[in-house]
Amino acid sequence: MSIRICIPLDSAAVALGADDVAAALAREAAKRKVAVSIVRTGSHGMHWLEPLIEVGGVGFGPVTAADVPSLFDAAFKNHPLNIGRIADHPFMKAQTRLTFARCGNVDPTSFHEYQAAGGLNGIGAAIMVGPAQTRDTVLTSGLRGRGGAGFPTGIKWKTVAEAKGDTKYIVCNADEGDSGTYADRMLLEGDPFVLIEGMIIAGLAVGAAKGYVYIRSEYPDAIRTFSKAVAVAESSGLLGAAAGFEIDVRAGAGAYVCGEETSMLESLEGKRGQVRAKPPLPAHKGLFGRPTVINNLVSLATVPAILADGAEAYAALGMGRSRGTMPIQLAGNVKQGGLFETAFGLTLGEIVDEIGGGTASGRPVRAVQVGGPLGAYFPRSLFDTAFDYEAFAALDGLVGHGGVVVFDDTVDMARQARFALEFCALESCGKCTPCRIGSIRGAETMDKIIRGERVAANLALITDLCQTLKFGSLCALGGLTPYPVMSALKYFPEDFDRPRLVAAAD
Amino acid sequence: MSSYSAWDEKHAGEIIDGLKSVDGATLPILHALQDAFGHITERAIEMIADALNLSRADVHGVVSFYHDFRRELPGRYVLKLCRAEACQSMGADALAATAKSQLGVDWHGTSADGRVTLEPVFCLGLCSCAPAAMIDGKLVGRLDDTALAAAIKQARA
Ligand SMILES: Cc1cc2nc3c(=O)[nH]c(=O)nc-3n(C[C@H](O)[C@H](O)[C@H](O)COP(=O)(O)O)c2cc1C
Ligand code: SF4
Ligand code: FES
Repeated sequence: MSIRICIPLDSAAVALGADDVAAALAREAAKRKVAVSIVRTGSHGMHWLEPLIEVGGVGFGPVTAADVPSLFDAAFKNHPLNIGRIADHPFMKAQTRLTFARCGNVDPTSFHEYQAAGGLNGIGAAIMVGPAQTRDTVLTSGLRGRGGAGFPTGIKWKTVAEAKGDTKYIVCNADEGDSGTYADRMLLEGDPFVLIEGMIIAGLAVGAAKGYVYIRSEYPDAIRTFSKAVAVAESSGLLGAAAGFEIDVRAGAGAYVCGEETSMLESLEGKRGQVRAKPPLPAHKGLFGRPTVINNLVSLATVPAILADGAEAYAALGMGRSRGTMPIQLAGNVKQGGLFETAFGLTLGEIVDEIGGGTASGRPVRAVQVGGPLGAYFPRSLFDTAFDYEAFAALDGLVGHGGVVVFDDTVDMARQARFALEFCALESCGKCTPCRIGSIRGAETMDKIIRGERVAANLALITDLCQTLKFGSLCALGGLTPYPVMSALKYFPEDFDRPRLVAAAD
Repeated sequence: MSSYSAWDEKHAGEIIDGLKSVDGATLPILHALQDAFGHITERAIEMIADALNLSRADVHGVVSFYHDFRRELPGRYVLKLCRAEACQSMGADALAATAKSQLGVDWHGTSADGRVTLEPVFCLGLCSCAPAAMIDGKLVGRLDDTALAAAIKQARA
């Protein structure tokens, strides 16, 4: 009998040497004449243990190629890298995995494994209840957009279903530009069929026969795996003209703003990614002027589980108006970095200190940025904030796409504020003056503050500029850049009044 | 190591013909041309404009909007270092400073020997194993000074 050894093809595992480990496993098995089947799966999300290999449910990690002979010697049993059964690991056991139920457990492009692990149950349910009730199920589940804005998915679908037009589109936003996030990437690489299933359900629900998946070019592996899954789904009859739904995969081109939905539509149409004024809403006049559902990848990939298990089961999880689960992505200077899917409602402190285990450096946690580059920086004094859309909004912050970036006490918050402005300047689509020009002036002003020049006057300038950005921007790139800037200033004022040398490299 | 073909108008024409009928063909064509030739030439812009019935200025506008598209051939190796927040929290700024001084370039520059082009990237989705880089298409997590120096040395050997 051959031993089945699972080793992730997930980019995070690969970036830590998974391909070398897979090659070493194959070599060693051949040398020892042991029959093995090496299966490349997605990642379970415990990235601090990657490359994490699995044999008979038991995990070993982090493995290097040099560990491979001793793993064979130990017959993949008693070994210093043995972490026990993966499913029983405290990090896994504490999660509620719905969207990520299969990720890490299956060969991502095996249609057979997808079905055997509960795949297609969502489509089955959607066909049985029909479009109107499918939309209703999504609405009553309480699912809100996981891309950032948190808009109820069911309402968006209803608007598109009711919009007039023979041709409608489903666009999956897989631009995932926020630093600290990788949930979309993990699904594209680890369970691509769940997105395909979610998009087909969306198509049934609103009357669309064509979908586009816009994946950022920084994710070449994800583009490859997802494209392969589309081809498999076509050959098994799930996708294609005859099946009634087609999917086109498109690559972005390095523009953060193209994650903004109307900018993405422009980009898909082959143009500069300039943000469109709303109205008209994409739901009425979207891609090529047609009614379009544009949803984040996690939103779409959660729909199959909602249809399969029912709206009530999903809505039973969470708190307040944040229902269901969120894949929290722990990133940056954190000891246990990785993806943790859980119901809304944990506190930020529980997430960072307990699940994340504090910093990787071992130094005290000083600041946490939640929700990507447009999200606020939080100090420890706000660690009792619950992970909930409204709780974060009340503090001028956002949950966004679920990224949590941890910084230790060596962070210089004036530099972080400067970076937020620089990033806005670099990525501005150019349509609004405060965003295009103000951000450049803002970064220059921050340089003066960092050099200790007329600090009070320059801080007043920054505060003014943030007001202008907040109210004079067409989209959230300009409109929310004040969040990281002002939170840094509000919670870490001591970093803004400390003359220092500016690194010559800037 | 990147191995791009020299500009070949016939091949470029074939690439454009193969893609021009897809909806919103501009980006797919630009990606395909850059994959083949390493950059977008002036002649390519003319050909795309002709094939898609656009003005040359339109195509220029698209090329210049997106960070990915290059107007000049890169060095033999492209070193992309992540500059975004999660990587900053793990020392990305210091790594970038090291790379710049070792290569004698700023962002987007190519070392004088033509070997290495240094490019910034804003997140590779490897934020849980920061700092991250893409060294000639290969992903690297938990990059440190030693690994960076080794990569640069290998690229310039
Ligand atoms: C500058 C900017 C960048 C954005 N980037 C993304 C992104 O990478 N992924 C995403 O899903 N949504 C992103 N959004 C939000 C989208 O505009 C949109 O709200 C979302 O795709 C809708 O899907 P959802 O309702 O399922 O969240 C971004 C918004 C802005 C203003
Ligand atoms: S705020 Fe910035 S990115 Fe958004 S539309 Fe205006 S210029 Fe473009
Ligand atoms: S922030 Fe560097 S990989 Fe995401």
